[in-house]
Amino acid sequence: MGSEQQYIELYEQVRQIIFDHASEAMNAVRDQAFEDFRKQGFPSKKVERYKYTDMQKLFAPDYGVNLSRLQIPVDPYEAFRCDVPNLSTSLYFVVNDMFYTQAQPKGHLPEGVIIGSLRDYPEFVSKYYAKQAKTSEDAVTALNTMLAQDGLLIYVPKNVKVDRAIQVINILKATPQNAQRQVPDLMVNRRVLIVLEEGAEIKMLFCDHAADDRNFLATQVIEAYVGDNASLDLYCMEETHHKNVRVSNVYIDQQANSRVNHNVITLHNGTTRNKLDLTFSGEGSECQCYGCVIADKEQHVDNNTLITHKVPHCTSNELYKYVLDDNATGAFAGRVLVEHGAQKTSSQMTNQNLTATKEARMYTQPMLEIYADDVKCAHGSTVGQLNDAALFYMRQRGISLQEAKLLLQNAFINEVIDKMQLEPLRDRLHYLVEKRFRGELNKCDGCRLCK
Amino acid sequence: MLEVKNLHAKIGDKEILKGIDLVINDGETHAIMGPNGSGKSTLSAVLVGNPLYEVTEGEAYFNGKNLLEMKPEDRAHEGLFLSFQYPVEIPGVSMTNFMKAAINEKRKYQGLDPMNAAEFLKLQREKRKIVELDSKLANRSVNEGFSGGEKKRNEIFQMAMLEPKLSILDETDSGLDVDAMRIVAEGVNKLQTPETSCIVITHYDRLLEMIKPQFVHVLYKGRIVKTGGPELAKEIQEHGYDWIKEEIGEE
Repeated sequence: MGSEQQYIELYEQVRQIIFDHASEAMNAVRDQAFEDFRKQGFPSKKVERYKYTDMQKLFAPDYGVNLSRLQIPVDPYEAFRCDVPNLSTSLYFVVNDMFYTQAQPKGHLPEGVIIGSLRDYPEFVSKYYAKQAKTSEDAVTALNTMLAQDGLLIYVPKNVKVDRAIQVINILKATPQNAQRQVPDLMVNRRVLIVLEEGAEIKMLFCDHAADDRNFLATQVIEAYVGDNASLDLYCMEETHHKNVRVSNVYIDQQANSRVNHNVITLHNGTTRNKLDLTFSGEGSECQCYGCVIADKEQHVDNNTLITHKVPHCTSNELYKYVLDDNATGAFAGRVLVEHGAQKTSSQMTNQNLTATKEARMYTQPMLEIYADDVKCAHGSTVGQLNDAALFYMRQRGISLQEAKLLLQNAFINEVIDKMQLEPLRDRLHYLVEKRFRGELNKCDGCRLCK
Repeated sequence: MLEVKNLHAKIGDKEILKGIDLVINDGETHAIMGPNGSGKSTLSAVLVGNPLYEVTEGEAYFNGKNLLEMKPEDRAHEGLFLSFQYPVEIPGVSMTNFMKAAINEKRKYQGLDPMNAAEFLKLQREKRKIVELDSKLANRSVNEGFSGGEKKRNEIFQMAMLEPKLSILDETDSGLDVDAMRIVAEGVNKLQTPETSCIVITHYDRLLEMIKPQFVHVLYKGRIVKTGGPELAKEIQEHGYDWIKEEIGEE
């Protein structure tokens, strides 16, 4: 207990600075968020959804926060050229928690589509911001809402399809170029609002990277509204370093006959906690939620999902796969809640894990909670080791033990990657995953996906 | 080619091989027969270095090199091949990637560059013909969903790809219909050269009629108790093993 104290004091001291450097619409909910945060404090491990990650500890260190919104000069376009083969994305950058406005890609967006800074679109903020991400229900969301000063808005109007995938590179950078003095470790509070009107379609790819060797703490809240018959692909890939802490809360609301593909890929990290709350508010919708995690050394990855079937005739599929080596810790807690009256729900949740050493730890907790009587729901979880018989078979054919392990681990993870809809990303990920298993992605030296 | 002296091996606390002596020269084909549980599969597993078994005594030399000191993959690189009695299914690893890895690791061991893709595909196509293996199987995962016959033919296909010096066929004929057995036997014969040798482990002389070994050994309770020519296989087929057990003074 006690980690929250420094944030409470900080807010009381610098409230005015925060307000001065943020838009009115975002300030409107800030004090309430602060009250909610003060009331809750950081959750202890006794709180069900935070059982596997010690939030008190993650937020205990003293991080700097860039409240005056000083620009840290980087030229992301120079540093992060994307060479995902055949994947010509519209590329955007968020440096720390600031949308990078200089030199945006031009001319690719269909009419009416907005990709921009929240501060420029107060009407969207007052209508959608902090509505799904209730500050009274989650301390991290409350903290993010009380500190976030800007964010990214993605808006697709009715019946507009954005063919070209939108790629957003989140760059963490604490040290300005030619910095004269030591800079503090950095906390950033990212915010994303996605609004898809009826029949809209978009594919988003978020890549998290750390551009220098500082300790980072990144909180992130993504709120997505997916309208009737709309379609959202939301891929989140993390490739940071071992000093990085990421706490992400994703909220998705699906209206009738909508489709969502959500993929979370943790290739390299320090401590990561991803929460997904997805709600079916309209009938006939479906979602596919996939996750893959490759962790070794002391890395920690915790995925926590809640899928709420409020209405009948919706389909949810979840598949999360982990490969844990060395002393890595993984956790998956998934809950599917089928509310009263949500008949004809179809739901499948699967979590499969490989532990390569005796020291690696996996905590898995698939849960179903059903209040309707005509549904099809299944959940399952496995934790295992590599198949010795298969390893020996390969060695007898001359494949070295190391290479044989790699082939098996790759095969295991590929089941998730092969489900990705974005084909060039899929190919690129096959390559990156293999490199990761070969130990060639030991640290993040820039965006591998894009360099 | 292979020289085995007084080889003892156990699995867990159970001793299975109790002193095997076996010499195989270049170009020879040897059959090993024997009742169930006599140690035939254990012998093959020990020779290729299966970590489940522990060698407690004895020696094995392969072309002058101490086999027992080598890792399984290096034994393969030196030219030792086992056609598994129960080929292992490896979901998610395609036959093509699997073979490519196997061939290129061997080439690396020999100090050669990896084979290029076109060469590899050509080689794969040629060798597949030897065992009449469907080309569709190349894109499937290793042995996954293969029928019993396909699995065994796939073993011989891999043998053809890797061109081993000494091949051990562990009951490759079990579970095969007559046509599949002919295909397998013909495949093995085609791959035979004066420089390569073969050990055939089987219960039936049907395969041996096609592969034609020069020597037939009977393995019983962890020892080779009788060695003869091809006629020994026929006798076993007709009379079983009881007369051999009597010969060595057992009921």
